[in-house]
Amino acid sequence: MDLKNTTVASLRKMLDSKEIGAAELAKEFIGEIKDKDSKVLSYITVTEENALSAAEKAQAVIDGGKATALTGIPLAIKDNICTDGVKTTCSSKMLEDFVPPYNATVIEKLNAENYVMLGKTSMDEFAMGGSNQTSAFAKTKNPYNTECVPGGSSGGSAAAVSAGLCAAALGSDTGGSIRQPASFCGVTGLKPTYGRVSRYGLVAFASSLDQIGPIARTAEDCGIILNAVAGVDAHDATSKNVPFTDFNGKIGESLKGMKIALPKEFYSDAVDEEVKNAVMAAAKEYEKMGAELVDCSISSLKYAVPAYYLIASAEAASNLSRYDGIKYGLRGEGRSFEEMIRDSRSRGFGEEVKRRILLGNYALSSGYYDAYYRKALALKQEIIKEYNDVFEKADVILTPTAPSVAYKIGAQDNDPVKMYTADICTVTVNIASLPAINTTCGYDKNGMPIGMSIVGKRFDEATLIQTADAFEKTFSPVRCTL
Amino acid sequence: MARLYPTIGLEIHAELLTKSKVFCTCSAEFGGDPNSRCCPVCSGLPGTLPILNHTAVEYIVKAGYTMNCEISRFTKWDRKNYFYPDLPKAYQISQMPRPVCLNGHVDIKTSEGDKRIRINRIHLEEDAGKLVHDDYSKATLADYNRCGIPLIEIVTEPDFHSAEEVMAFIEKIRLLLKYAEVCDCKMEQGSLRCDVNISLAEKDAEKLGTRAEIKNLNSVKAVGRAIEYEIYRQTEILEAGGEVVQETRRFSDSTGETSTLRSKEDAHDYRYFPDPDIPPIIFTEEELEAIRESLPEMAEDRKNRYMNDYGFKEIDADTLIADKDICDFFENALKVYNNPKTVLNFMLGEFMRRINLGEMSMDNLEVTPEQVANLVKYGDTDKINKNNYKNIFKEMLETGKTPEAICDENDYWVKEDNDLLEKVIGEIIANNPGPVEQYRAGEQKVFGFFMGQANKALKGQATPNAIREMLEKKLKG
Repeated sequence: MDLKNTTVASLRKMLDSKEIGAAELAKEFIGEIKDKDSKVLSYITVTEENALSAAEKAQAVIDGGKATALTGIPLAIKDNICTDGVKTTCSSKMLEDFVPPYNATVIEKLNAENYVMLGKTSMDEFAMGGSNQTSAFAKTKNPYNTECVPGGSSGGSAAAVSAGLCAAALGSDTGGSIRQPASFCGVTGLKPTYGRVSRYGLVAFASSLDQIGPIARTAEDCGIILNAVAGVDAHDATSKNVPFTDFNGKIGESLKGMKIALPKEFYSDAVDEEVKNAVMAAAKEYEKMGAELVDCSISSLKYAVPAYYLIASAEAASNLSRYDGIKYGLRGEGRSFEEMIRDSRSRGFGEEVKRRILLGNYALSSGYYDAYYRKALALKQEIIKEYNDVFEKADVILTPTAPSVAYKIGAQDNDPVKMYTADICTVTVNIASLPAINTTCGYDKNGMPIGMSIVGKRFDEATLIQTADAFEKTFSPVRCTL
Repeated sequence: MARLYPTIGLEIHAELLTKSKVFCTCSAEFGGDPNSRCCPVCSGLPGTLPILNHTAVEYIVKAGYTMNCEISRFTKWDRKNYFYPDLPKAYQISQMPRPVCLNGHVDIKTSEGDKRIRINRIHLEEDAGKLVHDDYSKATLADYNRCGIPLIEIVTEPDFHSAEEVMAFIEKIRLLLKYAEVCDCKMEQGSLRCDVNISLAEKDAEKLGTRAEIKNLNSVKAVGRAIEYEIYRQTEILEAGGEVVQETRRFSDSTGETSTLRSKEDAHDYRYFPDPDIPPIIFTEEELEAIRESLPEMAEDRKNRYMNDYGFKEIDADTLIADKDICDFFENALKVYNNPKTVLNFMLGEFMRRINLGEMSMDNLEVTPEQVANLVKYGDTDKINKNNYKNIFKEMLETGKTPEAICDENDYWVKEDNDLLEKVIGEIIANNPGPVEQYRAGEQKVFGFFMGQANKALKGQATPNAIREMLEKKLKG
């Protein structure tokens, strides 16, 4: 079976027509993981036994004619989404042995559909990073070239989808953590509108920016998964009650008359020529379909990265304070509780996490709050306003997902500022609470995937899926050869 | 040196009486086995999120109205960040710039007259857990049952200048919160806690002196003692030319003294910022009006009603309302037998006497308002002799039996038996020729002696009126 090209939609048909059994399908993927994951290191935990028993249960549901969209579909879950009874490490030594006693809301929803969890995927530690190299356990590699990073922080999920080690996956996106690894690994990733998917059970990085979303091989597959996990949740006060019927409902509708905005700041010299060219070629493709390209400007983009790193780090510093060694997680030593907490945190957190905790606490300190955090919140309002203005005259925005294709492992290790700057194309979307989807629009001279992002109005995921799907239907993806 | 004058401000923490905690659905009841009333949310597990309990919001609004506060139309929550083992998230969800209640006042009575104390703010936050230090194993254990119990913090302006004023204020706050039914105000259980900020300076000095904050005050009395001690301590320092150190001190009930808990240098930078997990609340006028209207009758209103409608004396009305549980008992008794004055007399007499003697407590009461109402009714209607209240009530408390059963068993019911009365009184007169002579010679006060004798002999089986009539008849000869 060609697992790398198998979509969720096609697997649904195969399962329903009994062309393949759910257990057989799960075994195929488990076998593939055993064969290949040692090269990619996308999984931290493979839940083989759970997967097989879930598959049997799913088969009974299918046999009973009660199958829903994800019944029996093997998915991978990012390791910062809590799974009852299954280790959830956030790729951190701090939570190396942490087994949650409860399920995230998205997991409850997937369980209700009788999905099959294959395992938990690696990530940058506590979702902080864009390379998966800050993981304390599995430093995931890019399936297109294992000397390159897969992107991050949902690099494990993106690499697993790309390498055919799951049908699709859940990731989380705080500043690009779904879209950028999807771009680097040549797959499709959707970051929903803030509030569309419950965050309950997602280990918090930056609460006002975090959002769970799907990574899959097609926009349509992303829509299928979003249909299952979206919705207001009584456990998450920031989830929004915005009704939806089917995020794939607009697939196939003509793009004629659609206005696609190209903000000039996203096509600056900071972005590689090859990337810009591929995205512009895609824009021309949309023009051919009847869409209209609109010039526009988001001038606050130059402040986006600093504003993002202040807000995200401030929230992270507070969110990560609970890892003190007292209740769960790594416990250090000391003669007083202060010493014990200090030792736990010194040993449990990696360098990047420590850097951001320091940055965040600094920004919130008395005397600095107004100079940093308050200014960042003001910039957030400015960015929201600029996006609102663009959406007055356009339906969607088209940008590169990252300034470059996947880079060599180690290339940015010693320059955090350079690594942060690479988030320029993705962070404003989180700051403005908007939905965005990445899909592959080309490959560079070395065959590495190039991704483009389509950004939409709040809660207009259906239009993003329609737009991405329209391009995907004209595009022949080149899967990795792993 | 001119006389030093104390200036005092208070921070009062009151646990709200909601059924569940403020950010999860765990029980908010006091006690329980350690860590039996916790869930992933209140024990701070990764990935969990707080959901604001709207009853707690309603309760703080009620508290605000009883203290004449402005209610913020827009209110939000902030994180107060600090590490401590009893705080599982390492931040407390509290309110900084936008508390629910602002700018209130409470009037108190002192020996120098009425006084208005200004309330700076009241905000809603979550309580922390408890640490238990086990000397035997040298271990410190954490109990998170209290984590997430809704807490309001009432911050006053520095308007107090004596221990007396502070104590009167706390008693007043207790009345307000109890009558609003938002807090049970048990200082010994920690559901009402008070921190005192106190400084000394010359009267009318431009600047207040350096203040000390005193914690660990478990009763109103302790608050008073701690303030008196601090005034003494700070006076000694200042008069000797020294300087008061800004610090947090703890009061010891056993020594009556305060000692350093932590110095200003150890003070935390709490790095407050808006909690991104909890959307702000915007109240509509209708919502606030509905909450205001749902406030129960307050102590002051009850007092006025008792004086105006029932004709109670102010001192009696004050005594009755001082303890809401007793006052509620009274109200419920009236529902069964609506004679406010005689029920009041019983409550102020036999009922309160037993409480003051420690023979009964409102927390685990054996008698019901209905039983007390019936007892008083029997006395009022001459079914029993009121002299038997004491015996009957004592037995009610001891046995939990109804007054009817006790009267049956002891034959306390008044008999409509004139022959018996005549016979007993005839015997008393016959056996006491001396006092009879005295009475007939015009010494009216010996009548009381005969009443006493008759009551004793009749064991309450006749009413005082019947006894009096018969005595008067017989004594006249």
